[in-house]
This record gives sequence, structure tokens and C-alpha cells, in this order.
Amino acid sequence: MTSLSQFAEVLDYDEALAKFDPVLGLEVHVELNTNTKMFCGCPTEFGAEPNTQVCPVCLGLPGALPVLNQIGLESAIRIGLALNCSIAQWCRFARKNYFYPDMPKNFQTSQYDEPIAFEGYLDVELEDGETFRVQIERAHMEEDTGKSLHIGGATGRIQGAEYSLVDYNRAGIPLIEIVTKPITGAGERAPEVAKAYVSALRELLRALGVSDVKMEQGSMRCDVNASLRPRAEDQDSVPLGTRTETKNVNSLRSVERAVKYEISRHAAVLTGGGKILQETRHWHEDTGITTSGREKSDAEDYRYFPEPDLVPIAPDAAWVEELRGTLPEPPARRRRRLQGEWNFSDKEMRDLYNSGAVELVEATVAAGASPLAARKWWTGELSRLANLEEKQLSEMPVTPAQIAQLQALVESGKLTDTLARQALEGVLAGEGDPEQVVEKRGLVLVSDDGALGEAVDRAIAANPGVADKIRAGKVQAAGALIGSVMKEMRGKADAARVRELVLERLPVDAPDA
Amino acid sequence: MSELTRRTAADLAQLLSSGEVSAVEVTQAHLDRITEVDAGVHSFLHVATESALADAAAVDAARAAGEDLGPLAGVPIAVKDVMTTQGLPTTAGSKMLEGWVPPYDATVVRKLREGRLVMLGKTNMDEFAMGSSTEHSAYGPTRNPWDLNRIPGGSGGGSAAALAAFEAPLATGTDTGGSIRQPASVTGTVGVKPTYGAVSRYGLIAMASSLDQGGPCARTVLDAALLHEVMAGPDPLDSTSLTGGYPDVVAAARAGAKDGIAGLKIGVIRELHGGEGGYQAGVLARFDESLALLTKAGAEIVEVSCPSFTAALPAYYLIMPSEASSNLAKFDAMRYGLRVGPQGVEGPSAEQVMAATRAAGFGDEVKRRIILGTYALSSGYYDAYYGSAQKVRTLIQRDFAAAFAQADVLVSPTAPTTAFPLGAKLDDPLSMYLQDVATIPANLAGIPGMSLPSGLADEDGLPAGIQLLAPAQADDRLYRVGAALESLLVESWGGQILDKAPVLDAKTLEAIR
Ligand SMILES: [Zn+2]
Repeated sequence: MTSLSQFAEVLDYDEALAKFDPVLGLEVHVELNTNTKMFCGCPTEFGAEPNTQVCPVCLGLPGALPVLNQIGLESAIRIGLALNCSIAQWCRFARKNYFYPDMPKNFQTSQYDEPIAFEGYLDVELEDGETFRVQIERAHMEEDTGKSLHIGGATGRIQGAEYSLVDYNRAGIPLIEIVTKPITGAGERAPEVAKAYVSALRELLRALGVSDVKMEQGSMRCDVNASLRPRAEDQDSVPLGTRTETKNVNSLRSVERAVKYEISRHAAVLTGGGKILQETRHWHEDTGITTSGREKSDAEDYRYFPEPDLVPIAPDAAWVEELRGTLPEPPARRRRRLQGEWNFSDKEMRDLYNSGAVELVEATVAAGASPLAARKWWTGELSRLANLEEKQLSEMPVTPAQIAQLQALVESGKLTDTLARQALEGVLAGEGDPEQVVEKRGLVLVSDDGALGEAVDRAIAANPGVADKIRAGKVQAAGALIGSVMKEMRGKADAARVRELVLERLPVDAPDA
Repeated sequence: MSELTRRTAADLAQLLSSGEVSAVEVTQAHLDRITEVDAGVHSFLHVATESALADAAAVDAARAAGEDLGPLAGVPIAVKDVMTTQGLPTTAGSKMLEGWVPPYDATVVRKLREGRLVMLGKTNMDEFAMGSSTEHSAYGPTRNPWDLNRIPGGSGGGSAAALAAFEAPLATGTDTGGSIRQPASVTGTVGVKPTYGAVSRYGLIAMASSLDQGGPCARTVLDAALLHEVMAGPDPLDSTSLTGGYPDVVAAARAGAKDGIAGLKIGVIRELHGGEGGYQAGVLARFDESLALLTKAGAEIVEVSCPSFTAALPAYYLIMPSEASSNLAKFDAMRYGLRVGPQGVEGPSAEQVMAATRAAGFGDEVKRRIILGTYALSSGYYDAYYGSAQKVRTLIQRDFAAAFAQADVLVSPTAPTTAFPLGAKLDDPLSMYLQDVATIPANLAGIPGMSLPSGLADEDGLPAGIQLLAPAQADDRLYRVGAALESLLVESWGGQILDKAPVLDAKTLEAIR
């Protein structure tokens, strides 16, 4: 059975959608950015030497006991409130029991039937500006496991590996798992809805300041559940089909692709008269397909029971209300407000949002740049460079304040666009603020007539044909001479002044007619 | 045997603070006694000769320098091997942890060190505290100093025997279902299980987290109070630790011995007094004698009924193994302790090593409880087993609440019998479990309990114990009534009960080897 599903054909997406109605479910794990772990005082910094951020508690040494991180609880409640959830008046942690080498205690301290937050929703904006409401089932607290590295196998999985290394630095990092209710009614836009949901969730969590939400570093991880049911007049009355759970889909683009792939694959299996196995599947970023993981039919029994080493959580109602007061403006509303303030078109604002630059532009404007200039920098040159380096905009080593400074230099006439791009290059290379780069690299605009005049004379001498054309009235040919001057002066010439000097030297002859 | 080893801790503290003896002398006397008798009694799994003498010398130096020392500074103590001790081996009586030296101290151990008590070594116990005879230790049984062919009780048989054999004046214990009180009962010593949460569980290798409680073991009620005071207190490392409500137990013990108990109401629990409980006649006779003494001293005896107690043992044998099955999952050979490769397997997988290690490292009783607990928590059985058992727990708490409305303290025999011969119940787990029938309800309800000697049973001349129970956080009542009863009993015996114990001479000890 496994091998069959492994090499399953896929059905054309449009054909699949004509026959079936897709239903999705998304489980998102978010690492909180608390200073210490969920149940001990170990630091949570990313990228430390393996097994240096550990203690008796997160290593599960005999006798050690957990103590709940209050900031973790606070973040969980704020996330729940921001997702329009009810907050439990009384709830507990539970132990999820299973054996795995990267779990120090061989149980994960999690929440089971008593989540801290439940029954909420998140409105997500689709690319055409339409809003789709995703119902939230629950958000609960748990601890992360350690990280395994399996060496010597073909697949990078534990089966077939020669040996494995485990880093427990991650063990005990606070996690919030956010689970949607079955997402119905998205139809052919299901992949887009999935992507938009994860994107909106990421934006919300970032605005809350509770997580780094870096999918590429694993501080936000997504599991995608998908199932199909036959199309029908009264779609809601058709029971849900068997679902598969695709684990660790860790970029926005992959979420969209994985959903699309699973819909096409399910459709092929079902159309061919086969059955969907309830199983977990692995996502392959490179090939864009999923393969069968372990079957869930032998229903893993996690033997959940209330964690006796922790006391029940009963958040004070007044405290919850106080936390509600700390919620940021909902990102969608904030975007509409900013769009008005900045006077951007719907499309301009959407592009800005899709490139993840809203906060960056906002900060750049706050640092003194005009909205137009700020948008131009972030969606123009910086987006281009980020694409080249396959980075997120927010990861570019330049601050909004530096961009604002750069723009000020341009507007005061001290830098041309070309020079400004060179200054930016210096900033990105770590040479300091734009003003320092200008200083160090000597990126000063030459507008001294003496030096410019000599360069113009040389350009005219070297291009007699062009000079004749200008004299003959083809003023636009001056561009070639200006370019030649700019090239000689490595972009540091004041282009407007060069143009004036060229035209002064090459007056248009009186027309013949 | 040095006369010093027959002194109470209170006496030794007095001699030490007045400078009549040095801590080194006291420690050496006890180390000599251990050398003399422990090959026969086997109270200790590890004797810390060097560090004990060094610690004692440090106390003497501190005292000479005029430092302010705690009331028990320089008094030796034996520590149950279930408590982690930095730098000293800690096995919990299991092969699984043979040779493991913890990198951290249990909170209780830290408090002992801060109080400058001198740790003589680690005492024997049933593996992971599972048993009532110390025969389930992976390192061989401890023998009862009253009769070396009999059990010293369990799981804390090592600590109780060390007291009865005058190897230590004080010892620590843990009590999940009677592991402090039942050994005290069968060795003619005093043991107290404080209110759940009064003594930190941090660093106590867990059996059942919601039931485990550390407590003092001693030869007199006052000594137990002095040690109780050192061990108890809030601990930020244990979430279930009580934040307040710690009564002055030392004052209560002194007041009880001095002022008596006139006017106090003492409730006899009908369900734990004869009937079908399999109580030995001599145990009941001594219990009734104690009641008569209390009446004579002005206490009012009332009968109370706790009908749910009949379900206590079955409920305990669902909750305890359930929690234990999860708590013991961490012993998997991955990070510390025993590691066994499966026989005849080249390059075994992590899973195979885990299985082989757990098969080889755990004894039969531990495996029995892990299997029981795993079954009880399985999906489909959870409600019927773990869920129902938790309801019984609530009923028992209600029974206690009703009983304490009628009486200040409750009493029962501690254990139904005196010490039984080694091996007598090894093949009959149920009859072994019945040893704890009277002690288990206190653990299920979280209330404090004390066992003190009530005399020697006529039929075998072995010690019997009486159990006192008080409401949660009213541990002082145990000490007040216990000290009063103790002084009445000692007066009636014309000396300490242990004065009647047979002398452990070379011939008796030789016969064992
Ligand atoms: Zn830690």
C-alpha cells in the first residue's frame, strides 16, 4: 500500500477541482521568543553550540521538575486573544507519552483536552483583496523537542541512518500550536487560502512581538491537512473525506504548493478507485511532491494524562483583560490605515504586503523618508538584491533609518541614484551608515564646472558624430555624451549640470528652413 | 559501640553546640558502627566516609570560628538513595542508575548541606521506591535489626534499619503510599509523611508525582520534628510546593511532651481497625493500649467512618503505576545510566537499545507497575481506570474532611502486621500491597501522617506502629499528639523501645553471612 501511494499519479488541478471539494486543516507551531525555556531557566538563543543550553530539567535528569515560564503563558494568552479565542478559566498541561531519542523525558509536556485558548477565528486577506474567515479550533502551549541529525542514511531520516546526533538546546523551547477547524468553502482557492492564512498568522504574531516567526529557521512550522469530498449541490452535507497530514511545510510558497499537490494526488487516487490512507506525509521542497511517512491507522496511543508536576493554570480574569489591552492594532486594519496615510493604490499596498515590507516602509517613513521614496527603495533595489541572495527583506543588513538617511542624501542633491545605489552596497557590506560609506568611498557628486567642463570637452572630441547630431537639433542625442561623462567620472558627476554644459557647448544651428 | 550512636539527634545537637563533642567524633562513631554492622544489616548502598569526615571537620572549624550554625549542624544523617546528591552516587535502588553520579543536589539535600548536617551515605530501598520490604532493591535486601531474617519494611527499609541499628541518628525518606511510615512501624522508629507540597520534590527521583512526598525518619518524635523543620519549605523549583502554611513542628513536639493533650479529640478510623484488614492480634492490642493511654491523658476518643477507604488500594494501584509508567520512561539509555545492546544484533537501532536496556535494567516489580500503568492510561481504558481512580481520590478527601470535622487527629495501626520474614511475600504481590492499606489514604488525600512505635506484639516480640493523621498543613498536630503519646509509652515501657532490640553482636551478624 505504501509503495503504491508513494508513486501516485496526480490529476490535473482544474480537473481535480471540477470533481472534488477540498477541505483543509492547518496546524502551525510557533516558537515563542521568551528569553528562557518553557519549564526551566535555560537560554533560548538560536544557533548556539549543540548541548550548551541545557540543564537537569530540559535534559530530563532523574528528579528534575518543570516550572512554567510566566512570560510563555502571557504570550499564549495574547495570541489566543488576538485570534479572537476564548481563554480558559482553568486548564492543565498534559503528558503526551511516546519514546523518541530527542525527547529527554520520553513524554512531551503539552496540552490535550484543556487548551489555554479555543474557538476563535482569523480573517485573512486574499490577493484580490477579498477576506476569508478561517475558524480557529484551539491554541495550546507545549515544549519543543530536541533536534536530531541522522547521519549516513539516504533519506536523512532515522531509519537507515548509521548514527544520529541529538542537540537538546531546542528541547523545552516554548511552543504554541495553533490548530484551525476544517477549512471549507475555499474551492479552487484552497492553496491560496492556506498560504494567505499562514501569512496573516505570521504577520499577526510578528505584530504581537511574541515570536521571530522565521519559517526558514524553524521558529514557525506548518503541518498541512488535506482531504477531498465529491462535489455536490449541498456541499456542506457531504461528509469529509480521509485526510493526510503533510508535515513540516516551511515556507509560504511551499504551503501553497503542498496543498495543490495533495489535492491533485488525492484526486488521482480517488478517481482511480483507490482509497486515501490516513497517514503523515513528507514534503519535498526540491521536487514539490509529498511521500508517504508513517501510517496512522495503528493509531498511536499517546496515553495523555494531566501533568502532575505542574499546577493547573487559572488566569485571573482581570489579568486577561489587561493583556487584551496590550494587543496591537489588527494587521489588516493597520494596513488600511497606512494605505490611507500614504496614499497608495490597492495594488501598491498589496505588493508591499506580499513582499513583507509594510513594517519596513512604516519604519522608514517614521525615520523621515517620504512614503513614495520608502516604498521605492524596499520594493525596488532592496527587493532585487534580496531575491538575488534568496533572503527575506527583513533579513537584509540595513535598517529603515539607514534607508531614510540615504534618501535624504539623494533629495539634498548630494547623491545621484547611481551613487545612492553604491552607498547602499557599502551599507549592506557592513561599512556603516550611508554618510560614512559616502565618506569612505568618496562618493561625492562632482558639480564643479572646471572638472565637468574638461570631461565634456573630452567627450565631444571623442564623439564628433554625436556632437553633429546635437548641433543639428537632435538634442536627445546628448544622452550619449552625458553617459560617456558619467562613465569617465564613475557616476559621480551631477548629470543635470553635465547636460547643461553639453548644450552650452553645442548650440543648435539655425534651422535651414 | 560508642555511646554516641545511641544518642538522639537532639542530644547530639546539644553536645555539639556546647562543645562537649566534635562533629568529627560523632561522625567517626557512626562510621565505625556502620563498619561494624552494615555487612549484616545492609542499610547503606554507599557510605561516604571521606566526604562525611571532611564535612564534619568543616563544621567543627566553623563552630570554632564562631559562625552561626543551624540547630542540627554536625549531626550525621543517612539519605535515601532516591534523592539526588551532587558528587555522590544515586541509584534509587536500580541497576538502571548503577554508577550514576548526579550533577545536582535535590532541594532537600541542599537544605541538609545548608543546615550543615553530615551525610553519612545513601540508604537502600526498593527499586524506584516500589515495594514494602526493600527486597526489590537491585542491590540485595536490607535486614531488620530486630531480626535479621525479617524485612525492614519498604521502600525506605535502608533508612529505617540504619536508625534501628544505630548507624545514624537521622535519615530521610520518601512516602508515596507508606514508604516512610511502614518501615518506621516494623523497625520501632518514627517516620513522618508531611503534607503534600511541604517538602520539595525537586531532585527526588519520581515514582508517582501526585503522591510522592519526602519526610523525616528518626528514633524520637522531637528528632523527626527537628529534621522536618530543615527539610520543609517553599521551593521555586517545585511547582507543587506549598507557598505558605508551614506550622512550627518543633514547638508542637516540645509542647506535646510538656503540656499533654487534654481535651483533644482523637478519631479512630473504623475501616482501618481490625475487621477484614488482616490485622495481627498483637498489633491491634498495642494500638488499643495506646488509645487507653491517650484517654487517660485526657483525650476524647471518637469513632469515625471513612467508607471510601475500601476503594483506596485499588485506586492507588491505578494512579501510582500510571504516573510511574510515564515518570520511568526517561530511563532509555540515551543520556545517562545503564546501556545494554540487544544480544546478537550488529549496529542496533536506538529503539532496540532502549528496549534491551529497559528489559535488563528494570526489576520485575518495576516492570509490573510500568505495564499496569501503561495499560491503565491506554485510550479506551483511561476513563474506566485512571479517571475512576481520580474520582475515588475525591471521595477519600471528602471522607477525611468529614472525619476531621469530628476529630483533631485520626489514628489507626500503621501496618497490619509486624515485620514478616524475608521472601514471605515476594511471590504474592497483592499481599505485599496490603501492607500499605492504612497508609495509602493519606497519600491520596495529600494529608500528613506519622508512625511511631506502639510497643512489641505479644506473639513475636516485634515492634508495631500507630499512625496519626492530621488535616493538610496541620502537621504540627501530629507532632503534638505524637510527642505526648511517645512520652506516655516510654514511661510505661520504662525506656526507649529500641533498648529492647536484640544486640547485633558478631555472632548474629556472622550467621547472616
Ligand atoms: Zn534547561
